[in-house]
Amino acid sequence: MSDKPEPIKKVSIICAQGSLEGVYPALIMANGARMEGIEASIFFTFFGLNAVNKSTMNKLKVATVGNPAMNMAMPMLKLPITMPFPTLMGAIPGVSNFASWMMKNEMEKLDVPPVDEFLEMISDAGGELYACKLAMDMFKLTKEDLCDQISDVLTVGEFYEKSAGASIIFI
Amino acid sequence: MSTREIAGQTIDLTDEGFMTDYTQWNKEIAEILAKEEGIESLTDRHYEVMEFMRKEYEENGTAPSIRKLNKLNVVPTKELYQLFPGGPAKKAAKIAGLTKPQGCI
Repeated sequence: MSDKPEPIKKVSIICAQGSLEGVYPALIMANGARMEGIEASIFFTFFGLNAVNKSTMNKLKVATVGNPAMNMAMPMLKLPITMPFPTLMGAIPGVSNFASWMMKNEMEKLDVPPVDEFLEMISDAGGELYACKLAMDMFKLTKEDLCDQISDVLTVGEFYEKSAGASIIFI
Repeated sequence: MSTREIAGQTIDLTDEGFMTDYTQWNKEIAEILAKEEGIESLTDRHYEVMEFMRKEYEENGTAPSIRKLNKLNVVPTKELYQLFPGGPAKKAAKIAGLTKPQGCI
């Protein structure tokens, strides 16, 4: 018996948010798992479906209103990270678009792909992508609305079945 | 850090088994490292990918990302995972005599 901890073999990631900052962690964690030879799947539910809906996937936004983590430390503003992003400013039309655009630009510099390309990459890497049936019904979505990389629409029960032996990560 | 005698040559390795000096690399070393990583024999396709990675490494000091290999039409992501199963970026870098890739993507 060795007391070395077992390496992680499989992860099931639940992506339940549709904002830029909610979706990217799920994609990065899933892709990173595959890069380490770890089995990976993502279950997109509730607003997380925005990330796999063909009409919204490349238009994800960061919340500039009511987001206490947002600050003024953006590359072109060069203000301190301790300065909060004023919610009233965030409410001005176009500000969320602009902040999201800027963030996507920064990510591209770090070789982080846009959502559609990222999903393709994870799928090509052998990662499985699933959509939540209940959320699909609620938003009146069909499989045709979703990107081709979604391999199945699952109930919660089916998701747990597929997650046998996996660590579940909720994002 | 350690050194190892392999294919009649002495190479410098990190504790994780990555070569620290890519100029010490040759194909005989690659074949042995590949076997240790569970790849029975290296094909021309393996070498094409590794030669490109080594060229990039020489120019930029880091191995290219999986995304870059795909975008520059060196090797599609799917094929890369088939060529180097179970952790392609790390495995390919190790067999190609490069240091451990640092990127998250």
